[in-house]
Amino acid sequence: MSRQGPDKDTVPPGIEVTDGRVVLSGDLLIGDVADLSRDLQDAQSVDIEQVGRMDTAGAWFILDLAAQIGGPDASAPISGASDVQTLLLDTVRENMPGADAAPDAWPSLTDRIEMIGRKAHDAWRSTVEITGFLGQIVAALAGLVIHPRRLRLTSLVHHMQEVGWNAVPIVALMAFLIGIVLAFQGSSQLRQFGAEVFVVDLIAISILRELGILLTAIIIAGRSGSAFTAAIGSMKMREEVDAMRTLGLDPVQILVVPRVLALIFTLPFLGLIADISGLVGGALMSWIELGVSPGVFQARLVADVNIWQFAVGIIKAPFFALIIGVIGCYEGLKVGGNAESLGRLTSTSVVVSIFLVIVADAMFSVFFALVGV
Amino acid sequence: MTETEQAEKPIIRVRGLVKRFGTHVVHDGVDLDVRRGEIIGIVGGSGTGKSVLLHQIVGLLKPDAGQIEVFGQSVRDTSDEEYRDLRRRWGVMFQDGALFSSLTVRQNVEVPMKEQLDLPDDLRKTLAGIKVRMVGLPDSAQGTYPSDLSGGMRKRAGFARAISLDPEIVFLDEPTAGLDPIGAAAFDTLIGRLQAALGLTVFMVTHDLDSLHAICDRIAVLAEKKVLAVGTMAEMLEVDHPWVREYFHGPRARAALATTDKTDKTDKDEMR
Repeated sequence: MSRQGPDKDTVPPGIEVTDGRVVLSGDLLIGDVADLSRDLQDAQSVDIEQVGRMDTAGAWFILDLAAQIGGPDASAPISGASDVQTLLLDTVRENMPGADAAPDAWPSLTDRIEMIGRKAHDAWRSTVEITGFLGQIVAALAGLVIHPRRLRLTSLVHHMQEVGWNAVPIVALMAFLIGIVLAFQGSSQLRQFGAEVFVVDLIAISILRELGILLTAIIIAGRSGSAFTAAIGSMKMREEVDAMRTLGLDPVQILVVPRVLALIFTLPFLGLIADISGLVGGALMSWIELGVSPGVFQARLVADVNIWQFAVGIIKAPFFALIIGVIGCYEGLKVGGNAESLGRLTSTSVVVSIFLVIVADAMFSVFFALVGV
Repeated sequence: MTETEQAEKPIIRVRGLVKRFGTHVVHDGVDLDVRRGEIIGIVGGSGTGKSVLLHQIVGLLKPDAGQIEVFGQSVRDTSDEEYRDLRRRWGVMFQDGALFSSLTVRQNVEVPMKEQLDLPDDLRKTLAGIKVRMVGLPDSAQGTYPSDLSGGMRKRAGFARAISLDPEIVFLDEPTAGLDPIGAAAFDTLIGRLQAALGLTVFMVTHDLDSLHAICDRIAVLAEKKVLAVGTMAEMLEVDHPWVREYFHGPRARAALATTDKTDKTDKDEMR
């Protein structure tokens, strides 16, 4: 039997029709009722005198059988129920689902088109909201200029350690490996033209201008942006944010500003570290692969690379930091009551902030091209 | 096995249970018998390990020493297979319902059926629908996600999931905590009715004196790291221990006793 019943001595259920009566016997339990035959011929009533144990599913089966025999209007009589069985039958009868219980509907074509409209509208609305949120942060920062003592210094330092200092190893390692890859790939291409020594320019310009800061920002978005969303989101879920508001504390001031400021302060330094270790990685690989000694590498670096190449990269850092911080905190504050929305918004936060960082990077490229650096 | 033998043999038997968290001893020699078909209420001050006891009985926590038998089978040393069978014969309702937030109410009730049985989709949906209605939720709640339900409705839905497979024992962790008095009373009635209809044994951790008066057959008091006293309400009132006296003779207890005494008897007779 499929039910490993309490006493292991479950009697298998039986169903047969005699003299116009459906006679049920044995134990009617949830595991068995689906398999019982429903060949009822011309039965008029249901007899359950020989039924042993019976659970809700069994009771439902008996009632369903009676309804099937009696037709849509009147169900057939049920006889032979003990007191307990009657009680269960009554309980289930009261709670039989109505015939009008709506099935799960599939969305129609118009629903789908409507969904696209809604999505577009939502996207527009969240753009407006993020702008508004940015405004709130700027207002809070302006408030800090007037009342510097409102700044949560402990919290700021804590977050600087969390997003800045603790991220140094991963950022340095990442940039070092990128430098190695660039030197390796660049040298194999440039060797074809006998222009191996230009690998220094290749590494220096691509890392300093673009890759160092961009990849750092992407790593920080994945590392700290998601942490911001998850931390603020779980506070929101446990009503801590509401509690702050009732105590007259401003969540933007307390939760958002220290995180955003910590990112703005530390991301340029992380970018600097990425630049340095990227160059070290590139120099090392150039030495091994092309025999460009560190001295030559340094000389070419100083001679060919304008200070602006470095500045262009670092100027972008605070803007990327602002994007990551704002998106991370905004999505965190959007978390609703359930655990699923926390997970969804955390991943949204990472995806959106990486996307916006890249968009901003593209805009900076155009801008710097126009101003000619 | 005859009826009387079955009635005499406890359905849950706890002996010499010891549970420590680090150096903090929660239970030190807990003994408890739960009889088949009764509603037992577990009371005790905060931090006396009521929920810990429940978690140990259902196997979520391992005791450090002692024996726990459910249906005459030790919960501690079971194979995965046996534990699976055991789990099927009890249902647990957690404090806030602990519904799966990514599933609708009806899907939540279907989870145990899906996990344990191979039922046709239609039948499973119908049976889950019956269970949802049995706990007094409207049909409109079936397709709702837990986050859109009120606390009371979540508890009911949690109860529906606990009785999804018609278990023999239902464990309830503070079923009426956080409900308004009317909702709590309705929940008590619901537990009593379903207990009678489905022949459940109910193991209930509660602080609600009204529930204790209204539906519990017996009460077990957890204090001083063990079960201090077990018995009916009347017996509890006789116990001579400062905490127990404070609990059952305090102002709130007297008020609850006064209001339920009159209705208690008749309610219960009707339910049976």
